[in-house]
Amino acid sequence: MSAPVLTKAPAPPARRPAPAPRRRPALMAPTVVNAVLVVGLAYMLLPLTWLVIAATKDRRDLFGTGGFELARFDLWDNLVRLFTENGGVYGRWLLNSVLYAGGGALVGALVCVAAGFAFDKYRFRGKERLYGLVLLGVLVPATATALPTYLLASEVGLVNSFWGVFLPMLVNPFGVYLARVFSASYVPDEVLEATRIDGASEPVAFWRVALPMLRPAFVTIFLFQFTAAWNNFLLPLLMLSDDRLYPVSLGLYMWNASSRATQPELYPLVVTGSLVAVVPLVLAFVLLQRHWRSGLTAGAVK
Amino acid sequence: MAQTSPRRRRGAPILFLGPFLVLFAAFTLAPLGYAAWLSLFTERGSGLGFGGAETVFAGLGNYARALRDDAFVDGFAHIVAYCLVYIPVMIGAALLLALLLDSAYARARRAVLLGLFLPHAVPGIIAAIVWVFLYTPGLSPVVDLLRAGGIGWDFLSADRMLVSVVNIAAWQWTGYNVVIFFAALQAVPRDVLEAATIDGAGAARTAWSVKLPLIRPAVLTAALFTTIGALQLFTEPQVLFRAGAGIEAAWSPAMYAYNAAAGQDHGLAAASSLLLAAFAGLLSFLVTRLSARRRTA
Repeated sequence: MSAPVLTKAPAPPARRPAPAPRRRPALMAPTVVNAVLVVGLAYMLLPLTWLVIAATKDRRDLFGTGGFELARFDLWDNLVRLFTENGGVYGRWLLNSVLYAGGGALVGALVCVAAGFAFDKYRFRGKERLYGLVLLGVLVPATATALPTYLLASEVGLVNSFWGVFLPMLVNPFGVYLARVFSASYVPDEVLEATRIDGASEPVAFWRVALPMLRPAFVTIFLFQFTAAWNNFLLPLLMLSDDRLYPVSLGLYMWNASSRATQPELYPLVVTGSLVAVVPLVLAFVLLQRHWRSGLTAGAVK
Repeated sequence: MAQTSPRRRRGAPILFLGPFLVLFAAFTLAPLGYAAWLSLFTERGSGLGFGGAETVFAGLGNYARALRDDAFVDGFAHIVAYCLVYIPVMIGAALLLALLLDSAYARARRAVLLGLFLPHAVPGIIAAIVWVFLYTPGLSPVVDLLRAGGIGWDFLSADRMLVSVVNIAAWQWTGYNVVIFFAALQAVPRDVLEAATIDGAGAARTAWSVKLPLIRPAVLTAALFTTIGALQLFTEPQVLFRAGAGIEAAWSPAMYAYNAAAGQDHGLAAASSLLLAAFAGLLSFLVTRLSARRRTA
């Protein structure tokens, strides 16, 4: 699988010589092209626009006014209610999400990079067979292991605990595969050798020399894992019954279900809570464009 | 590789690989093994309900039970129907948008690309929650707009579920695939495009007859990965279900397995999730095989 492509900087918006539109009225085409793009953009952005507007309304205006109409500005009240409802449980959900996704991706990426590095740089008995097993793990989707993990966890008493959600999400065989590919092309054997001759132990050589060279791999795997963990729904849904352990998405799911069943007063909280949960992610994606884009194209050429 | 003091290095692989292997064994291999074991047993109630259940060996009984259960089989039928609608619509839209972005006429490419991708930054569950709001009459400007146009479309009724689920997924994944296709299009060699222009091909003709065939591998891969993802479909239909839409509790195979677990039928839950894992694993295996052959060909 083509390694160099993985880190290719995103191609600059190419200034290809415009193919002269010969047989076509020259003014029509640009209008049509950009009009279709605007329609696509509108489809993508209108739900988010609705969310922003809806988060400023109280329950009456939410139902009483048009979706894209502005009404009395209640965003502040909604936020206060959001963070005080049920003893401030929402803030806790946010914190849990940061720990599950952020902490998990940090630890998980380190675990993957170390393993990929070892698969690339060391020779030991049964290595390729072991690696084959890891690749087999890539084939099994997380959704399909979530339920078995829950069944085993309920046997050993790991259900309804922080670790029951945190630990399973650290496993990322695809990350190990990526790290091995990166290590092969980013960490020259000679550099490692020189470090060893200078008297560095293996962990020091890894930490001080290899890991900085593998930073692109680390960031890519971190982002993959962060997104996967932040999106993971089935595992926490199965594992957790104590609402103080919920990640924010599971909490909102529960509120959404209750708002529709018995507690309509939760509607504005679900809306505002969704907005608050989405904003940091959108910001992160905009700021980290370069990284996720190279990660995505890695998936594309794989 | 190296020649210096290999003895000193013997422990290093264990140190670096250890954490991953322990986690992999504990949270992938052991659960799958345990599920395989559990799937061979079934609980038989004593008839009174309270604590009278005993665990008996069932052989492959749980697998037979799942495969004979209409709800489980229907789940796969729903996924097939979903793929038949979702993949052409989503991949087609992503291709169209990527080709337009790649054309010489497109303005503000980077900004448009980012805007199209933005929904992918929204977690699946929140995307589903927002869309359920946009499906709810009385709340939704979409429903109002359709009604004003004379279309009384109820997104939450049982016979509209396919469209409602497809729409949520398309919203999340179209932009993602636009980014991938656009990257592939940017990699198309410039001289090929120039040759087409010199031969008198217009922009549309170049897109259809030159660019499209050249990025076919990327399109095919995206379609196959989408299919694998579809097999695992859970979040969107589950949110619709809990929001009171007219969707079956076991609309997808993953929901079926979840319900079995929630109903404490662990044998059936294990069997059905292993069947799902086997299908998805087999499909991924075929995909990697196929793309490997394409590369060597």
